[in-house]
Amino acid sequence: MITGSIAAIGAGLAAIGAGMGIGKIGSSAMEGIARQPEAASKIQTAMLIAAAFVEAVALFAVVVALV
Amino acid sequence: MDCSHVFDFKVNRLIVVFTLFLALFSVTPSLYAQEDTLKTTSAAHAEPEAEKKFNIGKFALHHVADSHSWHVIGDYYIGLPVILYTQVGFVTFNSGDFLHDDEAKVVVERYGQRFVKMHEKIYYASATANEHGQYADLDEAHHVKNARPLDISITKNTCTLLLSIVVILAVFLKVANSYKKNAGKSPKGIQSWIEPIIIFVRDDIAKPNLGHKYERFMPYLLTVFFFIWFNNMLGLVPFLPGGANLTGNTAVTVVLALLTLILTVTNGNKYYWRHIFAPDVPWWLYIVLVPVEIIGIFTKPIALAIRLFANITAGHILGLALIGLVFVFNSIYVAPVSIAFALFINVIELLVAFIQAFIFTILSALFIGMAIEEHH
Repeated sequence: MITGSIAAIGAGLAAIGAGMGIGKIGSSAMEGIARQPEAASKIQTAMLIAAAFVEAVALFAVVVALV
Repeated sequence: MDCSHVFDFKVNRLIVVFTLFLALFSVTPSLYAQEDTLKTTSAAHAEPEAEKKFNIGKFALHHVADSHSWHVIGDYYIGLPVILYTQVGFVTFNSGDFLHDDEAKVVVERYGQRFVKMHEKIYYASATANEHGQYADLDEAHHVKNARPLDISITKNTCTLLLSIVVILAVFLKVANSYKKNAGKSPKGIQSWIEPIIIFVRDDIAKPNLGHKYERFMPYLLTVFFFIWFNNMLGLVPFLPGGANLTGNTAVTVVLALLTLILTVTNGNKYYWRHIFAPDVPWWLYIVLVPVEIIGIFTKPIALAIRLFANITAGHILGLALIGLVFVFNSIYVAPVSIAFALFINVIELLVAFIQAFIFTILSALFIGMAIEEHH
């Protein structure tokens, strides 16, 4: 029999969403850097900020799941 | 390499002060455990089998929480001072007096008042013990019903906070002095490590977001950046001076976010307030827009606080969970795998420590920048 809490499923769903989000950000940043290597540092900064926003949403879900 | 210039007089003085401060706390090995605690521990071993099974969630959450004593190694703890405000005034004693009991089984009596510690919270003890030998009244959900004194103890997090203040002061007083000494010359020693980071905060965080008025907010941005970064790094050190989860504590992150809120609100110009209370939209939209904008003032710092707290706490839990796998499977053959993963996560956390300090600072700069922007 499977035991556990539904919260874990919620945390898993949040991880899927965040994974897709960060994947998209990373791939777009890669494309951007490939097209314009001289803008790499600016793109990296913007990428990190966007990734942090996505990650934060996933972590909100983890916090809710823990509580 | 000649490092003698690092240890100048002021730095030494700070270190001496902090060492004396730490020396006030005595290391209390639990080998002192007296007969009554031996009895209680044997009673604890008699508990049902399910209780003894290793609970990874409980283990991880216990280690990210604040604590009244500082775990050194094995059975050794540093007892930190407990300061309580009770009906008869302030009561202080060493937390080692609880003999590292965290289940309300050891009673400490001071000035005619009796205290117990349960799950790192201090309660007034009940007159008699319950069937588990706990001097506390529990309800069905195992919550303690006893009254609590006002607890302003110096806990593990407070100590880490003081330690980080000493470290940051030592580094920055040294750097400030060397700027005075060799003005116009190339940086020397620790100055050449810190200068690129200060320039990074100025050129990549302050200038793009704050415009030409960036200089006013540089002290705040630098303080917040280095405070968060140093404490994130201290939290990653698994042994004594580190290990506390300071930036993963909601109290600390909420205060930091509150400072950003205060700076944003007090520096907001008329364009900022007009944007909130009288935006350029048809009047009937105000019913929706104005409440949303007002809520927006508060959700931004709340998101800042939760982001930092959740990121750092999640990192700590992840590391602890990977180490905890060894105890879950109860096998030494799991250890190489789990330690390799924990090491990998710890290296990623070094990056996260920097990124989170950067994100907090850049978003603070962004919010302040939005408040002081001249017009659209």
